[in-house]
Amino acid sequence: MQLSTSHSQRHAGQPIVRAERIHKRFGAHKVLTGVDIELWEGEVVALLGINGAGKTTLINILSTLLKPDQGTAAIAGIDLLASPASARRHFSLTGQYAALDDFQSGHENLVMMARLGGLPRRDAHARARQLLESFELTTAAAKPVSSYSGGMRRRLDLAAGIASRPAALFLDEPTTGLDPQSRHRLWQEIRQLARDGTAILLTTQYLEEADRLADRILILHHGTLVAEGTGSELKGLLGGTHQVRFSFASLEDLDQASALTQATAVDPDAWSLTVATSNTASTIRQVLADLGGTNVANIAILQPTLDDVFLSLTEPNEPTQPAKEPAP
Amino acid sequence: MTTSTLNFRSGTSVMVVRELRRTARSIDGLILSIVLPAMILLSFVVIFGGAMNTGTKYVDYVVPAVIVLCAGYGAANTAVGVATDMTTGTIDRFRTLPTYGSAVLAGHVITSVLRNFVSSAVVVGLSFALGFRPAGDAADWLTAIAVLLVFVVAMTWIACLLGLLLSPEAASGSTFLMIFLPYISSGFVPVSTLPEWIRGFAEHQPLTPVIEAVRSNLMGSAASDDVWLTLAWWVPLGVAAHLGAAVLFRRTRKR
Ligand SMILES: Nc1ncnc2c1ncn2[C@@H]1O[C@H](COP(=O)(O)OP(=O)(O)O)[C@@H](O)[C@H]1O
Ligand SMILES: [Mg+2]
Repeated sequence: MQLSTSHSQRHAGQPIVRAERIHKRFGAHKVLTGVDIELWEGEVVALLGINGAGKTTLINILSTLLKPDQGTAAIAGIDLLASPASARRHFSLTGQYAALDDFQSGHENLVMMARLGGLPRRDAHARARQLLESFELTTAAAKPVSSYSGGMRRRLDLAAGIASRPAALFLDEPTTGLDPQSRHRLWQEIRQLARDGTAILLTTQYLEEADRLADRILILHHGTLVAEGTGSELKGLLGGTHQVRFSFASLEDLDQASALTQATAVDPDAWSLTVATSNTASTIRQVLADLGGTNVANIAILQPTLDDVFLSLTEPNEPTQPAKEPAP
Repeated sequence: MTTSTLNFRSGTSVMVVRELRRTARSIDGLILSIVLPAMILLSFVVIFGGAMNTGTKYVDYVVPAVIVLCAGYGAANTAVGVATDMTTGTIDRFRTLPTYGSAVLAGHVITSVLRNFVSSAVVVGLSFALGFRPAGDAADWLTAIAVLLVFVVAMTWIACLLGLLLSPEAASGSTFLMIFLPYISSGFVPVSTLPEWIRGFAEHQPLTPVIEAVRSNLMGSAASDDVWLTLAWWVPLGVAAHLGAAVLFRRTRKR
């Protein structure tokens, strides 16, 4: 199943990042087998894939840390393979592991990154103060990073990544390990950066994150991008399929019911089963007729989520997991 | 001046400030650069000194060896900082900076020289209080300092290389070699008092000419052979380690 939308027609000029036919293998293990990517000014693109799909590998290739076996890549029109050093002026990487010095304060870390990015001393200090303010870290500015919480570290790491105002920002799993509040906070910062014009490519394993944060989602699976689009475009791929969830009063009722119906998923913990259908009314009537005496406690119609799309694309032969409640 | 040399210079000064903070703000760093050299000097002169018979005042005999031991150990500790950077996201961010990449390693080397300057000053200052009376003139002192500088720079490049190759724990372990290797030399006792099977090594290992060159210059009995021998050992070792580290810095991925 392949969905391609004509995003490039929405933009004028050239993309900030353009990579074509990227191949990469480690030994016999082919990780990327022909990936094309474009990243435009001011957009947030989420690269979604299961663990080991090759997200970090692709980010590392775009960051000049790895050379692809085949393919071309350019940032701000500069060929990454021919002139990696000049290309490095135009992007910044915030990797999966924080790149902060515990023994330096937040302010010192930011000044260091701004200066290494080419800013003169005075500008670097001004830039650090400005970043601390916009990331709400001013009160902790003079404290050593070793005293920061996980959320504060991530914010500082992101601030350090943009200290020298890159045109493109690559974020590898920026919210992994954060509590929900810190995650929402970081999303706001990332969206603000995009509003200011930065092109952002981020990887994530969280579908909700991709859905809520990204203008465009790329799903990486078995070495290629198997789908591309906005969250709702991708949900449309399921062709109007909904999940109907029947909950029961006891485990015995659920066992009886699952023997009688063609459930797509059974959840013994929630005493519920779900049936995928494109005609909810007739399905409900049918199931209730099949169940006869079994006590149905509750019936819910669930909107398709990105999880359903993701699972249908990445595990086409497996039955889908029970759908989650749509986000409020 | 081209942009890239400008970048290299400011990049290096930023990295020197970073490494100095790393040292000055850690208990380890301070103990290593100031307390340890003082303890080693005091142990040898005050505790073992009375039993030693080297034909000269023992403090005059042993100070050059303590300086070289501390400088070698201090330089070797660079490996720990380099190895630690390699295990966090820091190295990837540094590698993706427009700044000339070797600024990172150059920062380590300059900081190591500064740190060892402090350690050596502590040792020399304290040894004067313990009765050290060197006889060398200004030219001799400068020669001794130049010999130490070559040794420290080369040792630091070797430490950078080890830091790029080893885990932080293994890097930390590797520094212990620099605590023990100087003992098997002419630094602390005359080689003739060592067991026969170990004398060959003690006479010909690369630390011996460094210690001898520093000692003969400080005592004013310039023996230029040891200066040349020091250069013959440590310049090639340092250059090779530098080249290896520069290549590995770009290539190695650990984790
Ligand atoms: N340097 C490497 N050598 C060998 N295999 C690697 C290397 N880097 C990654 N891989 C393998 O490539 C695959 C993709 O890894 P990665 O890009 O880290 O995935 P993701 O970030 O999507 O979890 C994994 O199977 C991983 O084991
Ligand atoms: Mg990854």
